[in-house]
Amino acid sequence: MAQGLGTAARAQHSRGSGTALVPASSVSFRAFFWLVSLLLSSLIWFIAVKASDPQDERLQKGLLIFGVMFSVLLQEAFRFLYYKLLRKAIEGLVALSEDGCSPISIQQMAYVAGVGFGLMSGAFSMINLLADALGPGTVGIHGDSQLYFLTSAFMTMVLIFLHTFWGILFFHGCEHRRWWEIAAVIIMHLTVSGLSFCNPLYVGSLVPSYLLMAAAAAWAYVLSGGSAQNLRRFLLCLRSGASPQPGS
Amino acid sequence: MITFMNNSDSEEEPCNERTSLMSAESPPVPSYQDGLQASAAGEAQAHRKRRAGSSRGPNNIAGGEMSGSGVPVRESALENEEEELTLKYGAKHVIMLFVPVTLCMIVVVATIKSVRFYTEKNGQLIYTPFSEDTPSVGQRLLNSVLNTIVMISVIIVMTVFLVLLYKYRCYKFIHGWLILSSLMLLFLFTYIYLGEVLKTYNVAMDYPTLFIVIWNFGAVGMICIHWKGPLQLQQAYLIMISALMALVFIKYLPEWSAWVILGAISIYDLMAVLCPKGPLRMLVETAQERNEPIFPALIYSSAMMWTVGMAKPDTAARGPSQQTWDAAEDGREHLRSPSHAESQMSETRSPVPTHPITSLEELEEEERGVKLGLGDFIFYSVLVGKAAATASGDWNTTLACFVAILIGLCLTLLLLAVFKKALPALPISITFGLIFYFSTDNLVRPFMDTLASHQLYI
Repeated sequence: MAQGLGTAARAQHSRGSGTALVPASSVSFRAFFWLVSLLLSSLIWFIAVKASDPQDERLQKGLLIFGVMFSVLLQEAFRFLYYKLLRKAIEGLVALSEDGCSPISIQQMAYVAGVGFGLMSGAFSMINLLADALGPGTVGIHGDSQLYFLTSAFMTMVLIFLHTFWGILFFHGCEHRRWWEIAAVIIMHLTVSGLSFCNPLYVGSLVPSYLLMAAAAAWAYVLSGGSAQNLRRFLLCLRSGASPQPGS
Repeated sequence: MITFMNNSDSEEEPCNERTSLMSAESPPVPSYQDGLQASAAGEAQAHRKRRAGSSRGPNNIAGGEMSGSGVPVRESALENEEEELTLKYGAKHVIMLFVPVTLCMIVVVATIKSVRFYTEKNGQLIYTPFSEDTPSVGQRLLNSVLNTIVMISVIIVMTVFLVLLYKYRCYKFIHGWLILSSLMLLFLFTYIYLGEVLKTYNVAMDYPTLFIVIWNFGAVGMICIHWKGPLQLQQAYLIMISALMALVFIKYLPEWSAWVILGAISIYDLMAVLCPKGPLRMLVETAQERNEPIFPALIYSSAMMWTVGMAKPDTAARGPSQQTWDAAEDGREHLRSPSHAESQMSETRSPVPTHPITSLEELEEEERGVKLGLGDFIFYSVLVGKAAATASGDWNTTLACFVAILIGLCLTLLLLAVFKKALPALPISITFGLIFYFSTDNLVRPFMDTLASHQLYI
C-alpha cells in the first residue's frame, strides 16, 4: 500500500494534470480505513449487545455509549495508522525521486486524509436518510422532532469539516511530536460525539459543535502557515479587484 | 528491432517511454484481419492487464542491452527511469480505471433500485439448474454449491474450447461467435432494458420510435465495438454492455448461488492465471509465440496508444519488441474471462477492439492505455448490484462494497506495478467486496441504525 500511495504522489509530480490523482486514490484509501474502523467497532458493539439482556434499557443505552466511544477511539487509532503508512510512502517517494525532495507534502496528504475520512463518515451517516427523504412520509409524526432531516444535515456537515481539520491537526501533531495536539483532537472528537447524545436538544449539540469547528478551523489554518495578515491580504485583494493572492 | 532501437537511441526519456509504451501495448490492429485474430485471443485478453509497468521494465532493459555503446550506464539510468515510469503510470491507471468501473456500478445500482424487473425472481438460467426454494438451510446451501460447480465447469469448458479454437486458428468461428453475442446484447437486451425502464416510469413509446432508437443504438454499437469509432463512444458502449450483462446475472442468479459463484470465480481466476497449466496462461503464451495481439476484444481500453511514424515498421518492430517483452515476462495480468462463460450463458459477447481504430501514422499524445477485461466490470457490478438488491434497502452496504471493490482494484494495480507479473484482477476486489458485504449487512447495519434512530454521531 505504501507503494501505491507513492505512485499517487509521484504521478502528481511528473504530470501537471496528475494533481487530481493524489486525492482520488488517497481518498479512497482513507475511506477504506474508516470503513474498517467502523467495522471493528460495530463488531465489538454487536458482540456486546448479543451477550447482554435485550430488555434492559439502561444496559442497552450504556452499551451504546460504550460503542460510540470505542468507535471514536478506533477511528483515531486508524488515523494514526494511516499517518504511519503515509510516512513510509513519502519516504519511499523521496528515496526514489531525482532531487531528493518529496513531490507532495505531508500537509497536503493530511488534508486529503481528513477529507477522505470526513466524506466517508458523512456518506454513511446521511445516505440512508437521503434515501428515506425521497419516499412518502411525515417527519416527526410520532412526536419526535420535526427538524430531524435539517439537523442531521447540519450535523453531518460539521462532522465532515471537523474531520478535515482534525486530519491536519493530527498529522501536524504526529509530525512534530506534539502529543498534546493529538490528545486535543481525540478529546474534541469524543466531545462532539458525546454532545450528539443531547439530541433532540439540538442547541446542546449543534451550537457547541459549530464553535468547536470554528476553533479547529482557525487552529488548522494557523498550523498550515496562514496568519491574520494573509487572510486580510486575501480578502482585501479580492475586494480591490487586483489579482488575488492566496491567503495561505 | 532496429527501428525500435533507433528510436530509443536517438532521444532520451521521451523515447524510452515511447518505445516502452509501444512494446507494452498490444499493437493497434492495423487491419481488420488482425482484428479477427485479436478477437480470437480476446478471451485470454480479457485477462490482459495494464502492462503498465510490467512490460516497460524488461523492454527498457533489453533495449539498453542491445544498444551497445554506453549500455551499462544507460541500463542503470533506464532502470531508475523505468521505476519512476512504473510508479507514474501506475497511479494514472488507477484513476483511469476508477471512472469506468464507478460508472458501470452506478448504472447497475441505479437500475436495480428503480426498475423492479431486475429484482424479481423469474426463473433461472440453465447454468444454475438447482432451485433454491428448498425447506432447509442445508439443502439450500448444497444446491447453491452444486449450482456453482455447474457454472464454473461451464466456464472452464468454454475457456478450454476457446483456447483450442485459438490454438487451431479457427479465427472465423471465434469472430462469428463474438459478433453474434454482441448483436444479442446490443439489440435484444437493450430492447428488454428499455422496455422495463419505460414501464417503470410509465412513459409511452410507439413502436416506430422504439425501432429507430434501438436500431441506431445497436448499429452504432456494433460499428464502434467491432470496427472504428471514437474512443469515448466505444468506452461508453462497453460500459453499457457490461452493465446489461451484470443486470442479467443479478436477475437470473439465485441468491446464495450468486455469492458462492462470485467467490468461486475469483478462485478460478487466481488459478487460471497463476498456474502454469491454466487455460488463460496457455492462451496468452500461444498468442505470444505467434506474436499476435491477444484479444483486443472484450477489453476495455481507456486510452489509445499511438506511435509516431510507425505505420509499416511498426508491425515489424512490434514483433521483436513484443518478443523481448514476452520473453522477459511471465505473462500478463489476466482479467476475468467469464466472457466465455457469459457468452455461453446468454450468448452475449462484447468484443472490444483495443485500439479504436485509426492508423498508426497519426501521433497523438502518448497516452498510456489501461486495459481491463469486461468480465471484471461485469463481476464487480454484479457484486455491487446484488448488494444493492438484497441488503434490506440499505445504502451503507452498497457504499461499503463499492469502496471495497475500488480499493481491491487499487491494490491489484499496485501489486502489478510491484511484481511486474501477471496477476488476476478479480480475487482481491471480490474478496474485499464479499467480506464487506457480509460484515456491513450483519454487523454495521444494526449499529448504524441504532445510532441513526437516536441521532448519535460517531
